[in-house]
Amino acid sequence: MSLLTAKHITKQYDGRTIIQDIDIHLEQGELVSLLGLSGSGKTTLFHVLSGLVMPEKGEVQLEGEDITGRPGKISYMLQKDLLLPHKKIIDNVSLPLILKGTPKKKARQEAEPYFAQFGLEGTQYQYPSQLSGGMRQRAALLRTYLSESRVALLDEPFSALDTITKGQIHEWYLDVMEKIDLSTLFITHDIDEAILLSDRIYIMTGNPGQIHQEVKIEPGRNCRKGFTLTDEFLEYKRRIIEILNTGK
Amino acid sequence: MKEKWGSVKNKIPAIAALVVIVIIWQILCSTGIVPAYMLPSPVAVVKAFFGDFPNLMTHAAITLQEAAYGLLIGIGLAFVMATAMDRFELLQRAFYPIMIITQTIPTIALAPVLVLWMGFGMAPKITLVVITTFFPIAVGLLDGYKSVDPDAIRLLRAMGATRTQIFYHAKFPAALPQFFSGLKISASYAVVGAVISEWLGGFEGLGVYMTRSRKAYAFDRMFAVILLIVVISLLLMLLVNILRDAAMPHLKIGTGDGSVSH
Repeated sequence: MSLLTAKHITKQYDGRTIIQDIDIHLEQGELVSLLGLSGSGKTTLFHVLSGLVMPEKGEVQLEGEDITGRPGKISYMLQKDLLLPHKKIIDNVSLPLILKGTPKKKARQEAEPYFAQFGLEGTQYQYPSQLSGGMRQRAALLRTYLSESRVALLDEPFSALDTITKGQIHEWYLDVMEKIDLSTLFITHDIDEAILLSDRIYIMTGNPGQIHQEVKIEPGRNCRKGFTLTDEFLEYKRRIIEILNTGK
Repeated sequence: MKEKWGSVKNKIPAIAALVVIVIIWQILCSTGIVPAYMLPSPVAVVKAFFGDFPNLMTHAAITLQEAAYGLLIGIGLAFVMATAMDRFELLQRAFYPIMIITQTIPTIALAPVLVLWMGFGMAPKITLVVITTFFPIAVGLLDGYKSVDPDAIRLLRAMGATRTQIFYHAKFPAALPQFFSGLKISASYAVVGAVISEWLGGFEGLGVYMTRSRKAYAFDRMFAVILLIVVISLLLMLLVNILRDAAMPHLKIGTGDGSVSH
């Protein structure tokens, strides 16, 4: 049984179909990306998967349990870090625990050990405004991880970062994902990012958005260092561009 | 230390301008260009202030009491109204225009009516202070609630947060800057509102003291009251600033973007 399954998802807004008959699945420990042009309904699909909105048709299952329209089951990270400016980093990252009723002191104790693992050592008692963009995204990812959901949805998590920071955070992300047990589905516009970080890529095209094709990236995630400079990488890129063009 | 000096340095032009105005005022009075019955000199005002200090303080205590009660009720009312209007859009559509209308009614016109309805005690004064103070706070809170990034609310909902949790963790803290801006205005309105209502009826308070001084043509004492009202209002605004800094320590920290870099 897949960890997360979405079957025949169709969602409309104001009578207009945004996504139609989407089938996707996510296995334990997988990093899967959702690649598509703007307006193909990727974020709408995430809203459905996270339970924020009810689809007109279809069902979302987490380990076989129907979680359609039930928020709080899957953690969600958006493009913006959305750290609350008035809370210290430790309170921001432990917010999912506090929301579930854990007392603040205990939530802090639970969050504390992860700071080193996420490269956030020393930032515990700082405010978000004191951190750089890259560090804030790390904190947001730690908050997502502490949601205690085994599945995370990341909506363009690194798109607001500059190229150099993005490169660094990609390496860090692959490294941290090796260490933690978190299966992620993430949205990206960036083909390179999708190839570099994913086990599989769902390519979404059309209007209403549909899954056009699925591309499996063969080299394991632990062999991705320097992967972007290989012919194999370029071949994947060529293939994906072709799919995106034919699917328009 | 450097920061403190910077803050003092910023205030020097304002203090210097004030000193120059007071000196010119004193010269105008001392040379007889402006007669004392029209404008008492700063020295005369200060003399009147300290000469009748115990009496002034007794009246000030009453005015402050009215202002404090009115302000506290105003804050409570503003919080309830703004929160309810934010929660139920229908309430906002129904009551927001009425809230605006209450602000177009001149305080001076409303005070005698309140005295007529409630007598010469504290009630009409407190009511007037409530009417004048709740509006800036209510509008500030309402705008503050709406300033929250909708994505932040979406994120909290995705984490399974309840409506109350979203309010407590995101909406209310986001509204605090606007709340304190409103409170700063309201704190100064509160004293002025109480004084105005005392003009039109009552037995004690700075407004009553002012009226009596006017009737006795003791303009130096009238100015002494004005001086006291200014001092009280400034102190209240300072208190609001202290409360604001204590409630929002993160705003005192500059945006040190990159201070902890990747």
